[in-house]
Amino acid sequence: MNIPKNLKYTASHEWARLEGDGTLTVGITDHAQSLLGDMVYVETPEVGRSVRQGEECAVVESVKAASDVYAPISGEIVEKNEDLDSSPEKVNEDAFSAWLFRMRPDNVSDLDALLDADAYQGVVDSEAH
Amino acid sequence: MLKRTPLYQAHVDMGAKLVDFGGWEMPLHYGSQINEHHSVRHDCGMFDVSHMQVLDVRGNDCRSFLRYLVANNVDKLQEKGKALYSAMLNPEGGVVDDLIIYYLDESWFRIVVNAGTAEKDIAWMNQKASGFSIEISPRRDLAMIAVQGPNAREKVWQALPGSFELTENLRPFTSVEMGEMFIARTGYTGEDGFEIMIPAKAAPFFWQALAEKGVKPIGLGARDTLRLEAGMNLYGQDMDDKVSPLEAGLAWTVDLKSERDFVGKDALLSKPVKYQLAGLVLLDKGVLRSHQKVSTSQGEGEITSGSFSPTLGVSIALARIPKEVAVGEKVQVSIREKELQAKVVKYPFARNGKSLI
Repeated sequence: MNIPKNLKYTASHEWARLEGDGTLTVGITDHAQSLLGDMVYVETPEVGRSVRQGEECAVVESVKAASDVYAPISGEIVEKNEDLDSSPEKVNEDAFSAWLFRMRPDNVSDLDALLDADAYQGVVDSEAH
Repeated sequence: MLKRTPLYQAHVDMGAKLVDFGGWEMPLHYGSQINEHHSVRHDCGMFDVSHMQVLDVRGNDCRSFLRYLVANNVDKLQEKGKALYSAMLNPEGGVVDDLIIYYLDESWFRIVVNAGTAEKDIAWMNQKASGFSIEISPRRDLAMIAVQGPNAREKVWQALPGSFELTENLRPFTSVEMGEMFIARTGYTGEDGFEIMIPAKAAPFFWQALAEKGVKPIGLGARDTLRLEAGMNLYGQDMDDKVSPLEAGLAWTVDLKSERDFVGKDALLSKPVKYQLAGLVLLDKGVLRSHQKVSTSQGEGEITSGSFSPTLGVSIALARIPKEVAVGEKVQVSIREKELQAKVVKYPFARNGKSLI
């Protein structure tokens, strides 16, 4: 299972990357896309929306099921990946480049509470049992 | 402990993602459900359907028993090997299960029922059998492999020596015995092909022979989108023991014209039909799923089966809606507190490799 070291993770299978401009890029993990199967629809949040940590703010739908995506930390949505409207399968092809949305964190320090790659690996392993 | 079919190891070896399906450990897909779907529509694929239950009904009263047991009329079966699709009803007119009956001779009919309902069905049949001279034998010694798609028959002929001569002229919805095997030109995909019963021990070898001829394994995920596009009902979703076949798109399988009595007939004749099973195509973005509410000009309804259609490239569904709603009407579907627009269409949505919408 592919879990890049340079990203932060949530137990609900989002990944997050802090960019140089202070924004946070968010997507779902390779593990999550593999559980869901072929993606057929991605609903991304409206730009300008304020979200709280843990709030549902996007939906990924595979042939099999719909799954909510949660805000990893609190902040404001500043961009959504419109590419996924017509090509949701990009999430299957490379979950770590097919980001869903970017947000401006209310407090960058909230990121410290997220999981690192090793801790997220532990979450994935515990689900397998 | 989940039950496993004789092909379990083959699925593991082929990289299947296995899931619990009604108590059976079955392949959901072998990588990509959508690619598997397209393989069946445009080439061919093979499905392990050994979890389904084969029952042999033997005895002098087979025909009179089945005439009473199911809603379709087994008197339509007069030619050896002919198959009949039917619902089996309870006295309230609800569907106990849907099944296929194959006619072999007057003292031997073969029935295939759903996996999840098999035990309930056998108990039900045995209860209804009192007074009839028949015996019902579950055939767990048989595995079943469906090979479906425009090239399916050709591949079976290549993989199974002797099958060509026996099945070249086999018509749709008929079957033939081949030694201990049983080959039927039936399926659950809207494509041509065979469903083949084979002794459990031989099944892995036949599966492998098909794979060597280039037949791809197909999981239950694609089986569901294929049958949905083909407009075929799934028991437990599109109908169940609370739903009348007349409100589940199965009126064509119910024989109310003949004099014969059958279980559930009185209920069907006395209850007014209020709903129809209709096809929906989603006009907005999103995915239709079972249990979503449908609002129409004539009242409320509900989606019974919904998914993304790989052939059409949009989301489609079967929905139980008031019978007055006409094809072409727009309806609203509630998805995550939003009202999305869908159009009522005549189904099937796709068959024989092509969209029909």
